[in-house]
Amino acid sequence: MVRERRDLYSLPDAPLASRCYSHSKVETDEEFDARWVTYFSKPDIDAWELKKGMNTLIGYDLVPEPKIVDSALRACRRLNDLASAIRILEAVKDKSGPHKDIYPYLIQELKPTLTELGISTPEELGMDKL
Amino acid sequence: MLATRALSLVSKRVISTSICVRGGHGVAKVDDYNPLPDVRFVTDLSPVQKSLKEKEKGSWATLSNDEKIALYRISFKKSFAEMNKGSNEWKSVVAGMLFFIGVTGLVVLWQRKFVYGPVPPTFETEWKEKELQRMLDMRINPVEGISAKWDYENKEWKK
Repeated sequence: MVRERRDLYSLPDAPLASRCYSHSKVETDEEFDARWVTYFSKPDIDAWELKKGMNTLIGYDLVPEPKIVDSALRACRRLNDLASAIRILEAVKDKSGPHKDIYPYLIQELKPTLTELGISTPEELGMDKL
Repeated sequence: MLATRALSLVSKRVISTSICVRGGHGVAKVDDYNPLPDVRFVTDLSPVQKSLKEKEKGSWATLSNDEKIALYRISFKKSFAEMNKGSNEWKSVVAGMLFFIGVTGLVVLWQRKFVYGPVPPTFETEWKEKELQRMLDMRINPVEGISAKWDYENKEWKK
């Protein structure tokens, strides 16, 4: 699990009841992941939805699972937006904060997708340096 | 909850529609931390950039590294590394702090010389000695305090 702490408070587009009442149903990690994978897998996703989804996801106190990032990268491909794909990789690295082992793990899991879609990592492009 | 959220959305729209959103150069209202901003950095594309955008619709594997970087720069002003880099501003801040503390010190010294009158005579050493002798004579705090520490036989402090 690459997640640190899940934010259970209500978010603008959370369809499930994620409030901190102790008697209500709490969303499991798998449900959370599945929801986001589905969100980005929409075949006719538009640029706004991609932006909104990513900005919301990055706002959470967690690093997204590789499968969510994979789904988002494929959405970028459908939208012909390479810049956003690279940006997403930068963003998840930034989200890992001091945990330096999360990003290499993510890249390792995403390698097949990155090769398939022809996405270069920020490191390959030298964009992680100043 | 819904009402306040609706209100905040309305106020955001008020601000963003009242400011002409041009070219994304800081004119558009920027939310706290959005990796994918609303407005692309470069909105007027040069012919080279336009053809690059066309090429982007094909396979990305055919793009060179420079082309990929160029595409990134069209959309985003700064990379994460550039965004997050620190500055040397703190040095100026500390320098300013120390400077003003120094100025304050000078003001205090000047005040002592030119503003305050002389210190009362009760602070003179001779006066203090007589004060202490009087206290010892009166046996002030003889149990655990000052007189208890004085050796009256030998007229000195107890060891």
